This record gives sequence, structure tokens and C-alpha cells, in this order.
Amino acid sequence: MIVKINGKEENIEKGTTLLSLLDLKRVNPNSVVIEHNYEIPEREKWEEILVNDGDNIEIVKFMGGG
Amino acid sequence: MLSESDLSRYERQIMLDGIGIKGQEKLKSSKVLVAGVGGLGSPAAYYLTAAGIGTIGLADFDEVSLSNLNRQILHATNDIGRFKIDSAAEKLSSLNPDVQINKHCIKLTHENIADTVKNYDVIIDAVDNFETRFLINDSCYFLQKPVIEGAVCGFEGLLMTIVPGKTPCYRCLYPDLPKEKSFKGIIGTTAGVIGSLQAFEAVKLLLGIGGPLFGRLLIFDGLNSSFRVIDWSKKRSCPLCGENATIKNPAKY
Repeated sequence: MIVKINGKEENIEKGTTLLSLLDLKRVNPNSVVIEHNYEIPEREKWEEILVNDGDNIEIVKFMGGG
Repeated sequence: MLSESDLSRYERQIMLDGIGIKGQEKLKSSKVLVAGVGGLGSPAAYYLTAAGIGTIGLADFDEVSLSNLNRQILHATNDIGRFKIDSAAEKLSSLNPDVQINKHCIKLTHENIADTVKNYDVIIDAVDNFETRFLINDSCYFLQKPVIEGAVCGFEGLLMTIVPGKTPCYRCLYPDLPKEKSFKGIIGTTAGVIGSLQAFEAVKLLLGIGGPLFGRLLIFDGLNSSFRVIDWSKKRSCPLCGENATIKNPAKY
């Protein structure tokens, strides 16, 4: 499946969830928020939501420094 | 009304479409609070001062230390040990003596936040911790004050402009405190970019020109030289501005 992640197209296996995608990318789920197809799913739902062909995903870090 | 000196000082921006004499007068009558006079606050306050914002409030209770000086360009080596507010006010007044600088040498808390922000038109969030960011954003939501939200870490930064009732709020992006705190370094140039852009957003908002980051998030990757701007919409389940909002007062952490 071709999925756009942070503006770049990537090849992702079917059956990947938002949570397993973070694992794949070695991203700590507690350090980010996700926008999936312009919606912002609740964190608790990340393990259920399947990534599909053509999806647009933004993974945004928690940043609080000034 | 602009003086002869103003016309000279701001000549180069008055000639720009979108500013002009009327725009410059608007900036002169505007009041912006810069919360945090550190890495982001330094460039933000500098450029607001240069642009001729009439009143600039500075809110910070910290003292200058040596490790600040890789990025906090409002302060100098001779200022180590001084309150950042005093150091900042001195440099800003030197750049532009006509700007009224209000010093708020306080830690922003639930007790003082409303009184601090109420007299300003726009608030620039340049603080260095999430608890205060949530305090500022929750309070400004209830007080209907726009916030220019900027944050940095390492070589990366984020920026969005929040107008209560019009745009997504801070909690549409970050619903609550992150579960884990991490401390990474920061290089000055990252803060320079985002802080300057915060001042830019404030100017655009005050003048009603251009396209501020309403419902959009700017993501800066300094290492790879990229700016991305993505849509970030209001979250229906947002605890602050959503359909069944649960937060009725600024949250306490």
C-alpha cells in the first residue's frame, strides 16, 4: 500500500494500524499526536485504526521548548 | 499619529502594500505580550520592537545564565545574574525608545494570568514548559485572546495561530500534557526562525493582512531545510473547544 506519511509516500504493509506504524518507525506513541486523513483520532483508538492505501498521515511531535 | 521620526524609522515597511501609514498607526496602537523572554521570546520581542508595536509586555521571572546564551539573543554575557526582564527591556528600548515596554517579572499562574493578559491584543507563547502553555492557552481561550503558539526542540519547530472561536485551539493539537517529559538540546537558529515567525504572525494578525496560520500548523525541520504547512482542523472531541467540552476553567497541573 502507498501511504503518505509526513508528506512522503511510503510502502506500508496491509494490516498496519496507526499504533503499529509508530512501532515500525520507532516512534514512542507518548511523544506524538497523529492526524489521519485530516481527522485527529483519539490516542486510545490508534491500535484499532487500520492504515489504508492512499491514506494521509501526519505524525507531530510534542514540542514545548521555548 | 506618526511623528517625523516614525516616518523615517518605519519608512521601509510603510512603503509595503498592506502596511502603509494606516497600518503603521495600527501597529503603534497595538499591544502584544511576549510570554517568556528566552529563545523564542528574544527574536519575537526584537522584531516586534523593530516593527513599531506601541506596547510590548514581557513576562518572565527567570535570571540570565550562561547556558542561555547560545540562543537567547536579547541577553549578553554582562547580563548573567540579572532578571531577563530587565536585560530584555534595556536592549529593546535601545533599539526603539518609542516602544512602551511593560515588565511582568512574574511566574504566570492561575492567580495572575487573567490580569496579565487582559490588556493585550495578542499573546505570543514563548514559554519553555507545557504546564504554562496549557495555562496560557486555556486562559486565552476563555478570555478570547489570540495566541501565537510556537515551540522548538533540537533542530525542529512548530507554529500555529490561535484565535478563540475562529480556529482550532491548542488542545485540538495537544489534548493534554504529554505522558513523558523529554529534554533535548536546542540550537539558537531553530529558535530564531520560529520566534521571528511568531512576530510575523502577530503583525499579520494585527494588520489583518496575508494568511496567518489559522487552522494550519507550520512544521519546521531545520536540519533538512524544510518548512511544511499542514491543515489542522478543530477536533470535535476537543476538551476545550469541542462539542462536549469538559474544561470550563484553565486546567491546574
